[in-house]
Amino acid sequence: MTETKHADWAPLILIAALALGALPFVGSLSTWVTLTVAGLAMGMMIFVMSSGLTLVFGLMDVINFGHGVFISIGAYVALLVLVPLAAWGTADSLGLNLGVIGLAAVVAMVATGALGYFFERVVIRPVYGQHLKQILITTGGLIVAEQLIHALWGANPIPVRLPETLRGSFVIGDAAVERFRVFAILLGLAVFAGMHLGLNRTRIGLLIRAGVENTEMVEALGYDIRKIFVGVFVAGSALAGLGGVLWALYRQILVASMGMEMMVLIFIAIIIGGLGSVGGCFAGSILLALLANYSGFLVPKLALVSNIVLMLAILSWRPQGLYPVARR
Amino acid sequence: MTAPLLSLSGVHTHVGRYHILHGVDLVVPESGVTMLLGRNGAGKTSTLRTIMGLWRASSGRVTLAGENVTQRPTPQIARSGLAYVPENMGIFADLTVRENLVLAAREGEIDAERLKWVFGLFPALEKFWALAAGALSGGQKQMLAIARAIIEPRKLYLVDEPTKGLAPAIVANMISAFRELKASGATILLVEQNFAAAKALGDTVAVMDDGRVVHAGPMAELAENAELQHRLLGLSLDRHQ
Amino acid sequence: MLHRLLSGDLPRSHALTVALVVVLVSLAFAPFLFPGSQSLNVAAKICVFIVLAASYDLLLGYTGIVSFAHTMFYGIGGYGVAVAMHGIGATWGAMGVGVALALLLSLILAVVIGLFSLRVRAIFFAMITLAVASAFAVLASQLRDITGGEDGRSYSVPAMLRPSFRLIEDQVLGVSITGRILTYYLVFFASLGLFLLALRIVNSPFGRVLQAIRENEFRAEALGYRVVVYRTVASVLSATMATLAGVLMALWLRYTGPDTTLSFAIMIDILLMVVIGGMGTLYGAVLGAAIFILAQNYLQVVMGKLSAATDGIPLLPQLLHPDRWLLWLGILFVLSVYFFPTGIVGRLRAQRR
Repeated sequence: MTETKHADWAPLILIAALALGALPFVGSLSTWVTLTVAGLAMGMMIFVMSSGLTLVFGLMDVINFGHGVFISIGAYVALLVLVPLAAWGTADSLGLNLGVIGLAAVVAMVATGALGYFFERVVIRPVYGQHLKQILITTGGLIVAEQLIHALWGANPIPVRLPETLRGSFVIGDAAVERFRVFAILLGLAVFAGMHLGLNRTRIGLLIRAGVENTEMVEALGYDIRKIFVGVFVAGSALAGLGGVLWALYRQILVASMGMEMMVLIFIAIIIGGLGSVGGCFAGSILLALLANYSGFLVPKLALVSNIVLMLAILSWRPQGLYPVARR
Repeated sequence: MTAPLLSLSGVHTHVGRYHILHGVDLVVPESGVTMLLGRNGAGKTSTLRTIMGLWRASSGRVTLAGENVTQRPTPQIARSGLAYVPENMGIFADLTVRENLVLAAREGEIDAERLKWVFGLFPALEKFWALAAGALSGGQKQMLAIARAIIEPRKLYLVDEPTKGLAPAIVANMISAFRELKASGATILLVEQNFAAAKALGDTVAVMDDGRVVHAGPMAELAENAELQHRLLGLSLDRHQ
Repeated sequence: MLHRLLSGDLPRSHALTVALVVVLVSLAFAPFLFPGSQSLNVAAKICVFIVLAASYDLLLGYTGIVSFAHTMFYGIGGYGVAVAMHGIGATWGAMGVGVALALLLSLILAVVIGLFSLRVRAIFFAMITLAVASAFAVLASQLRDITGGEDGRSYSVPAMLRPSFRLIEDQVLGVSITGRILTYYLVFFASLGLFLLALRIVNSPFGRVLQAIRENEFRAEALGYRVVVYRTVASVLSATMATLAGVLMALWLRYTGPDTTLSFAIMIDILLMVVIGGMGTLYGAVLGAAIFILAQNYLQVVMGKLSAATDGIPLLPQLLHPDRWLLWLGILFVLSVYFFPTGIVGRLRAQRR
């Protein structure tokens, strides 16, 4: 039995139009390929970091300004693997290189997932349904966590070395495409595909989608939405941790405020995507990052405000975001 | 008479600073339809929400099949055998008709026989099986909401104004569906504004006003007594004749 | 008279009255009570931050919405003065132009942000203000030709406000009346005036509607109040006051840069002041700002000593390091949101009853 749903292609057409429309302005095909790949990689990383946040909001109307904590913590925890196993990273072996990244990612995700569990219990639960307090408390949590990172790891930026085989670029024609960016795109796509399948092909996913629309009805059907929510919160925190590892490897430098800095992009992505929508968050992240890359190349000064311009434009077009979530 | 399936005694409910239910006493006997009538704002919807635990009773007691369920969380109350169709239907618009029904099947599988029976009651659902529920018409959404409540047998069905805003033909479809459900021995607590529908379906009736039950008894008694109807429901003396 | 000056909003607690009088008297006579440039600097900062925190409370406490763009408006005021003084010269006219343009820019930005975010859902406001403010901060540090970039701008102020200026030859109570002292009193009286104005706003019919919206948005809408309009106007008023606070700080410091105006750290400081002092009570902003600025200047010394004293114990010295003082304030902040949502003022008032 096939499921036909009202598909909304307009946002995807918008992305394609942006990418193709930029080509004549950029002029050179190779430069365009480089910019587009960079934009896609960046967009995927933003998506990985933000997808959990949008679901958390959709499910329980909880807005977590402290989400950035998980990004920073994920990146710093990855050091616990990357530093002692530095030899795996410097070895010229794709297997060992991916092994050390994979191990770092798993450790980071376990740590941030566990932290997310704690955060949900201690910080978020007492302020369910109170937006003002949620924003204040989670912002407070962010400050404390950032300071703790300073206390534990020191206040100075820490350099991170990208594993050997992921350094450098592939050369396709005239275009140079950084290997790590390709890696980030593939990983981002895998996360998106996984989430998409999970949400559309499993019972838990069905419950999550139903819960985003109408929490009360899910409860009235006999399901404990709190448990589902905790699960989503933990998964979202773990994904933010994974995003933090990717982001740290991409920037090759660690600072405690990196999570906070990303929050700006993350908020824009989930707002323009439509709060609560994973697909919207994906489209929004890609759109945001592509536009930032093209405008950064074409009109560097404009790039500083391109995010804001994009957000205002999208909200003028669709006030609830690209993919508005039906709500009770 | 057997022990009632559901009973409320002295139930008070506050929502925020507002005191909504002022000591509801209500008895729903096993099998058959109990109608809950009353003017707008009398507290009918609030009573159903309190039974479901969506609003917590601040005092009083809700008993289901001899068990006190007053302070239980909503999912537990639902799992002790309640099905609920809220006033706004509570349809998941982004989910397909199938997905809406699958959710109501607690073990994840819809019983094929039961589904056939539901399709018999509401043929439109079979036709739009794979369509997003948000794309259905108002009447079809209401059918889906009721189908979701009855897709598995439950001890008690709470249904809030199923005929609200529907065309007469669909109202007739609803009434015959409830008749059939009733014939299978089910217990239904039905909130209704449409007195004709109430008369057609109800075995017993409770009338609410100002957050209390002000009258309870057999439906037939109320149906025959125009003066009582006028006093309790403000129905004009000619409307129901 | 006093009743009218305070718009009928009295402290309603003896302890609070005493605390407020202490702050007022200390600030009013700061140059004579606490001579020395560092003390005067602390006093001026307290004055400005009282205005900044009070204007923020107008949004957070009275309207119930969280903005992360308050430092942006504060920065616009600062940069308005800086750009004008640097570009035109150290005259009162230049200052007037700078202030007027800064107010205009703040007004436009506040209206646009308000209409875009409050129209859909109030929750957008926090996120969108964060995004806009951070874009503005990046812009200010990148547009070097106008703002001086990361280095900021130093400039001269009108002759009367310079340290070399002497109002009278003789000393008063052992203090010479320099341009610095005149500047201090300019800051002090302007802050006092703005604070009383804020008090007037929250106690006006407009302020009452804001509080009604905060309590129950839907009911206020049902009563016929255009919630979006009221919230946007509140946001504009708050932004305007923050801009003027920025102007005062710019005059005092004779320097404007990203770290003194736009940084996220200052945004956090304001949040802490308002929450710890007491949301929804402007007097809370007074106590919050005073305590916070004092702590900022003197607590770090104490922490430095504690850190040295605990040397050798694992982790504790790091946690007590003076640079980590924000950690402890953050913890205090979270705890006060949970356990003392009415802040110091709420506590003091509750004690009386």
